[in-house]
This record gives sequence, C-alpha cells and structure tokens, in this order.
Amino acid sequence: MIENIKAFLGDFFVTGDPMIYGADVSIALASIAIVVTLTYFKKWRWLWDEWLTTVDHKKIGIMYIIAALLMLFRGGVDAILMRTQLALPNMNFLDADHYNQIFTTHGTIMIIFVAMPFIFGLMNIAVPLQIGARDVAYPYLNALSFWLFFFGAMLFNLSFVIGGSPDAGWTAYAPYAGPELNPSSVGQNYYYIGVQISGIGSLMTGINFLVTIAKMRAPGMTLFKMPMFTWSILITSLIIIFAFPTFTVTLALGLFDHLLGTHFFTIGGGGSPMLWANLFWFWGHPEVYIVLLPVFGIFSEVIATFAHKTLFGYATMVCSMVAISILSFLTWLHHFFTMGNTAPVNAFFSLSTMLIAIPTGVKIFNWLFTLNKGRIEFTTPMLWALAFIPNFTIGGVTGVMLAMAPADYQYHNSMFLIAHFHSTLIAGTVFGVFCGLHYWWPKMFGYLLNEKLGKWSFWVFMISFNVCFMPMYFLGLMGMTRRMYTYPAGLGWGPVNFIITIGAFGMGVGFVIMAWNIVWSAIKGKRDTTGDPWGGRTLEWSIPSPAPEYNFAHIPKVTTRDAFAAMKEDKKRGREQKPKPFEPIHMPNNSGIPFIMSALFFVAGFGFVFKWYWMGIPGLIGVAICMIARSFVYDDHHHIPTDEIERTERATGRLS
Amino acid sequence: MAASSLSDSDKRKNMPLEYTTEEGDLRIVGFWIFMASDLVLFSTLFATYLILQGSIGNGPSAKDLFEIGPVMAETIVLLVSSFTCGLGTLELRRHNTKGLIFWFVVTLILGLIFLGLEINEFYVYSVQEGAPIHLSAFLSGFYILLGTHGAHVTLGIFWVICIVIQLAQRGVTPVTARKAFMAGLYWHFLDVVWIFIYTAVYLTGMVI
Amino acid sequence: MIKEYKNTAVKPEPKGFPWKQVVGLFLSLALTFLALWVALGLSLPVPITLTVIVGLAIIQALIQLFMFMHFTEGTDPSHQMMGIAFGLFVAFAMVAGTLWIMAFML
Ligand code: HEM
Ligand SMILES: [Cu+2]
Repeated sequence: MIENIKAFLGDFFVTGDPMIYGADVSIALASIAIVVTLTYFKKWRWLWDEWLTTVDHKKIGIMYIIAALLMLFRGGVDAILMRTQLALPNMNFLDADHYNQIFTTHGTIMIIFVAMPFIFGLMNIAVPLQIGARDVAYPYLNALSFWLFFFGAMLFNLSFVIGGSPDAGWTAYAPYAGPELNPSSVGQNYYYIGVQISGIGSLMTGINFLVTIAKMRAPGMTLFKMPMFTWSILITSLIIIFAFPTFTVTLALGLFDHLLGTHFFTIGGGGSPMLWANLFWFWGHPEVYIVLLPVFGIFSEVIATFAHKTLFGYATMVCSMVAISILSFLTWLHHFFTMGNTAPVNAFFSLSTMLIAIPTGVKIFNWLFTLNKGRIEFTTPMLWALAFIPNFTIGGVTGVMLAMAPADYQYHNSMFLIAHFHSTLIAGTVFGVFCGLHYWWPKMFGYLLNEKLGKWSFWVFMISFNVCFMPMYFLGLMGMTRRMYTYPAGLGWGPVNFIITIGAFGMGVGFVIMAWNIVWSAIKGKRDTTGDPWGGRTLEWSIPSPAPEYNFAHIPKVTTRDAFAAMKEDKKRGREQKPKPFEPIHMPNNSGIPFIMSALFFVAGFGFVFKWYWMGIPGLIGVAICMIARSFVYDDHHHIPTDEIERTERATGRLS
Repeated sequence: MAASSLSDSDKRKNMPLEYTTEEGDLRIVGFWIFMASDLVLFSTLFATYLILQGSIGNGPSAKDLFEIGPVMAETIVLLVSSFTCGLGTLELRRHNTKGLIFWFVVTLILGLIFLGLEINEFYVYSVQEGAPIHLSAFLSGFYILLGTHGAHVTLGIFWVICIVIQLAQRGVTPVTARKAFMAGLYWHFLDVVWIFIYTAVYLTGMVI
Repeated sequence: MIKEYKNTAVKPEPKGFPWKQVVGLFLSLALTFLALWVALGLSLPVPITLTVIVGLAIIQALIQLFMFMHFTEGTDPSHQMMGIAFGLFVAFAMVAGTLWIMAFML
C-alpha cells in the first residue's frame, strides 16, 4: 500500500531535479503568502466582488495584462535557462530532455500565454474607449474568455511540477508528440488541453470584438473614421474567428490519438504525421498575424500622437490589413516546404508568401511618411515605436528570404529561422505591447510610468535584443540548427553563442528595470489629472483617467477621424457643445459563473491529462450545469442613477 | 457600411420581436459569426476525413461498411426536423407561444430519433461489424466527424429544452424570442452540415 | 434590466399556409433523393458523380440558408453576409488546400 502510494507520488510529482524542487518551494511559499495577505487584510470579498466576478472591460484588460506579464517572466526564465546551456560548448547545465521541455514551454507560453493575452488586454482597455462605447458587445462572454485563458494557462504551467512538461516543441509535431513515441502522454495532454481551453476563450474574444466594433461605434463614427488601432483589432478578430476553429479541431484530434487510440497523426493504422503539420499551420500562420496586426495598430496610434500629425495613408493602411487578412489564410505551407511537396505546391505557397510582404511593406512606408516633417516627441512609447521600424524590417526581409522554397532547404530549422521569428515577435509584438503598455498606462491607472526608468529599460532591452539576435542569423548560416541542446567545441560556434547569451541576459535586465518602473511609479508616479497626458487624438483621451465605470457620461458625437483632436480644436475656437443633462446608464451585472465554469474546465482538463475519467467527466458536467444556470438568468442588468454619474463626474473635475 | 441613414435603434423599431432590443440585435449578429466560424471547424474535419478516407489499414473500407438504409432514415428525420423547426420560427413571428412550443417539441423528438439512429449506427459498425474507432485512420476520421455533428445536435437538444421551459414560463418576449430564433438558426445550420456529411461521407464512400 | 413586454409596435406575421417552409422541405427531399440516384443508380464516371452530388449539396445548403434561415434580415445584414462569405472562403481554402497539398494520400 505505502509502496504504491510512494510510486504514485513519484510519478505524479516531477522529482529528481534541484531546480524543480526550488520551484516547488517557491510556488508553495508564494501561494501561502497570497492567502495569508488576503486573509490578514480581509480582502477576499473585495477580490471576489471587484475582480473575479467583474464584467468591466477595463478590469478584464488589466487582469489580462498582469497575467501576461507573469507569463512573460516565466517564458523569459525559460529563455535564459536555454541560453545559459548554450553559452559554451559541451555544457551540462540542462540535459537533453530538460532542454526539450524548456524550449517547448518557452515557445508555447510566449505565443499563447504572453503575446495573445497581452494584446487582448490592451484591446480590452482601448477599443471600447476609442469607439465611444460603454462596454463590449457581450460583457459576460468577455469575462468567460479571460477566465478560460487564465485557467488554461494555469493548467499548462502546472505541468512542470506535476506530471512533467510536454517536450515536442510548441508545434507538437507528430509522430514525436503522438502516443507511439510519447507513450506516457501526460506532458502532451497538458499541451493539448491547456492550449485548447484558452483557445476557446480566444475564439469568443474574436467574435466579441468583431461585433463590438461593427455595431457599437459612437454615432457618426463610420468605418473610415475609426482609429487605426480599432481597425487593426477588427481585422485581427476576423482572423481569430476563422483561424481558431481549425486549431480547436487539430488539438482535439491530437488529444484523441492519446486518449481514444485514434489514428489521425500516428505512424501505424494509416495515420498521417504530415496532416498534423498541415492543420497546425493552417492556424499557425494566421496566428502570427493575430499577434502582429494589433501592434501595427498600436504603432499607428503612437506614431501619429507623438509626431503630432494625422496618420499618413489611412486608406492604404486599411487596405493592406484587409489584404493581409485574406492572404494570411493562403500561405501556411511555407512552414513545411521541406516535407517533400510537389513543385507546383511549393511554388504557389512561395509566391503567396512573398505577396503578403507587399501590404506589410506599404505599412512601413506609411509610418515613415507620418514621421516625415512631424514634430517628433521622444517619449518612451515613441521610442519603442521608432525602434520597431528598423528592427522589424530586418525580420521582414529575412522572412522573404525564407519564403523562397529552394533556399529554405538551407535555412529551414536553423538558428537563422529562430533569429528571423524573434525579430518579428520581439521587435514587432513585444516592442508593440510594451509601447502600448506605456501609452495606455495612465488611462488604466490614473498615473504615468516614469519616463527616465522607461527610457533605461527601453535602451537596455533594445540594444540587448540586437546583441542577442543579430549574431544568431550568422550562427544559423554557420550551420547550427534549432532545438539543439549542446554542441561540440571546434566548430567556431562558441564565441557567437556566448555573445548571444550576453544579449539574452541583457534583455532580462531590461525587463527587470521595467518591472521596477511599475513598482516605483505605483508609489511615486506622476498623476494624470487631465485624462489627456500625451495630447492624444482619439476618444479614449477625452475622458478622465482612470476611466469611470461607464466610460462616457455622454456618448460622444463623431464627425471626423482623430475625433478628440477635432473636439479640442473646436473647443479652442469656442465651438463647444453645451452639456446635456445626464441619463441613467444601463450596465451589465457582475457574474461569478465565468470564474466557476472556467475553474471546472480546469478540473476536467486536469482529469483528462491523467486519463482520470472519474474526474474529467464530472468536470464537464459541471461546465454544462453552469451553462444551463446562465440560460435562466434574466436579471442581468442594472442602471447607474444620474446623481451617481454626477458625483463621479464632479470628482474627476469634469463638472464645474 | 449601412447604406441607409437610419440609426440601428430606429431600424429596430419595425423589426421582428427578437431584433427589437439592442441586446437581441447584437447577439443574433454574433451568432451568425459564430456559425461562420463553426463552418471552418467542420471544414477542417471534412478535410481530415477526406485525406484519411483511403487509409483503411487492416479495417473495412467505406464501401464495406456503409449501408444506405439507416443513412436515409437519419437524413430524412433531420430534414423534417429542420422543417418543423422552421414552422416553430414562423409561429414565433406570429407571437403564438403555444404553436411555437408545439413545433419545438416536435423538433426535439425528431432530434432524439436522429440521435438514436446515429448511436445505433455507431454501435452496429463498431461492435457488430468489428470496426471500432481505433482500428484505422479512416474509421477515426469517420467517427470523429460524425461524432462532432452528433455532439452539436445533443447540445442543441439541451438548448432547445431550456428554451421551451423559458417559453412556458414567460411566453414570447423580446428575450425568449431571441433565444428561440437563434436556436432555430442553429438547428438549420446542423442540417446543412449533415447534407455535406451525407454527400461527402456516405455517397462518396459508396461511389469511390 | 430589459423590460419584458409584448411589443405591440411589431406586426406579427400574417396567418396562412406556410408555403415557403413546405416548398423548402420538398425541394430538400427531392435533391437528397436525386443525389442518391445519381450516386447509386447511375454509373457515371466517378469524377462526374462527385461533381454532381457536391453541386446538389451546395444547392440544398443554399435552400436552407435562404428559405429557412432568414439570412437577409437584421439591422445590417451585410455583417452576417460578409461573415458567412469569409467563412466559406476559409473553409474552401482548408479543404481544397489540404486535398491539393496531401493529394498523395488520396
Ligand atoms: C528574452 C527574449 C527571448 C530569448 C532570449 C529567446 C530565446 C529562445 C531560444 C534560445 C529558443 C530555442 C532555440 C532552439 O534551441 O531551438 C527559442 C525558441 C522560441 N521562442 Fe524565444 N526567446 C525570447 C523571447 C521570445 C518571445 C517574446 C517569443 C514570442 C512571442 C518567443 C517565441 C519562441 C518560439 C515560438 C520558439 C520556438 C520553440 C520551439 O522550438 O518549439 N521567444 N527562443
Ligand atoms: Cu507563416
């Protein structure tokens, strides 16, 4: 009996690695600390009422960003561990298995649990405010999306202390990921299920924002008067809606191979490992545009604001995004040119991939023309935006190199590829979300991040990024492949790898400075009393910081692009409109169901990871009960009375 | 985008009940978008099935397995249920709660018959004919494609039951009207998917 | 909270025989049996059979869409039309692309 329990626990918890024990201890300590603090300050009620049950898009946005920053920390630690192992030839810091697990969790976490939620957080905060709306189309669904993401991420992260991490790469290629070569299944199941749960949330977010933007714009804001960030989210939502269903199916089929013994991607039974690659990248390529288009939107806002000009080439910006949304579904094969396709297939996808570079290039020129003759102000967000242009362009140009199918036989799966996609993902997505974070921070919290610390973190991170990834291109051309846990001395790779590792640590330092900036500014940051700290051009800057619960006391009327810039102009000329009396505002009620339902998803998911159907199936039944319960809720709205609106507006100095 | 200068809230005043509130209007559009994305979900399953159709390993082929009788029964039951569901929506538009509930209950019964037939078909194939899901890639693709459709139907049945209860409690209101209308759309959508299963799985399987 | 009321401003649909629904049902059944006959009754070459039955399925789907599904309703039906159109495009890219890329499996 005792022996059995011991054997079970030995399998259940990951054992044998001092780093993991360290992690166990720190997770336990952190959890205890959180519980004790909340209990001591009697904050449980507050946590539940204000955060866990909220349906307010601004609070949901903040929770997304906090979670994304935590996940960025985890993914960053993974990156540093890998780079430490590769710093010198023949290192023994990580063994081969452990290295495999770490690049897998690093890649998955960075894409699914950092890039996506960070973007979702920023769009939750900014989009309703930019279009003059009081919330998103489906506030309840929005909360559900967030909690599904959150619990999916937690499930995935649990893998490294309980049961063991997946190790087949973030792409989870079959047959290695399949049951034949991965018979314990547990790590892979964590991948399929954790990513699935958060993916369902992403799909719902896509529908939510598409409808919000299509139907809830302030009167007068026609499509071609929308801010560019809102446009980028509209197109991103469209891509999410049509790319994620494929991923849902792909992950489910992968899971069924493990749970039901099906033969979708297996070697035996007639399965096709290549089918996995095909389905995965049908989602995977659109996914890279899902994490890029929004930051294109952010840069458009920030560059226009700090160049003090309207955006150059608005219509071409929109057209290129529409073109990207279509083309992004026609290029997926470029990720497996080398699987032995026929020449016409490779030729078609080679061409479509090069074609998609054109709209992207158009956008680069539009930003440059916006800067041209602008009165440029070098704030922290603007620095991130300016640095994006050249650094991202390098990623784009190397992308076109990779798009040439015959040449790709040389670059494929080399460090050159790793450098390429980090140039787009870091110089694009990460610079972009950092830019947006600094830009919208005052709108979220009512104070600014410190500029001096902000600039320090920018310069350290940006320079280190180049130290890290510039040499990596050459390392790839020298023949080092990706996912290689160590290498012998004497190939000439040692010094280059060492420089790269220095860069990686430098980026870590940059991130720490940014974290310090957040802490410092929370205590001593400059308050934003005007609601418009940057001289903004779009509607989110027309309301107080932080935005009141109902966002707009009066729904604004829009007549032009850059609506708020025009309003300020009108005010200067004394053509301000007289304030109207307030009317009660209709708001959705909070609900605990999204949290509970997602927690039940987590329970069910955990059961299926270990094939414990006694746990998985009741979990799913619980989910169904939550859905039915919600169907019978009719009392789901309330009104904010006018005197409360008046009090709030007076407190923010909006009423004299 | 809208050609006319009327605002949405003006337009809503003259529309069927389910569109009259902003909430109803938003949810119906969103539901269309959801169905569009579900279309892609099924297209992925279809692509997978078609690729694996010939990979029969040691198991039977489509031609060996499929029997046209039960398939036609399933198809006709589902087509008729789509029709009765359409009659339900018509009664909804006439604000006739009783008629709506009647046709929805008929639809539910037909839905259950369909599910029963499908479960029986699975049972015959996997147990009696000895062709379970893990025997070959073709069978995996077949069961999962049809199973996903069946799971959608099951979900639809639970959904319609909830709506029938709410209709009985509250009658036709803007909220219940919206729910009934959306459930109707969903039911027709599942019928469309079945038409393609009928064509691309059964008929194709018996031809090739 | 939304007020629940019988909205009298909205005119209910008139009574009468549901022609549209009945015609839709009979068309669907006819197309279903036509496809069955083409597939199993005639022995056309396989590619032609497949083309015809897929064509019939598409027609039947359009019947459902336009006769049963109120596709052209709403404050702005162009939203759902564009949504469905984009969905059809992606679904087509998925199926056709996969069959093309992995034609060696067929
Ligand atoms: C601190 C900055 C970062 C460093 C130093 C870094 C470093 C690395 C390294 C060393 C690898 C593995 C190479 C190999 O052996 O195959 C890797 C893989 C990867 N990284 Fe990063 N990375 C960083 C940030 C990011 C970010 C921000 C993203 C995405 C938003 C990202 C996405 C990926 C992906 C998808 C992979 C592929 C994983 C796989 O092979 O399955 N990385 N990165
Ligand atoms: Cu790609």
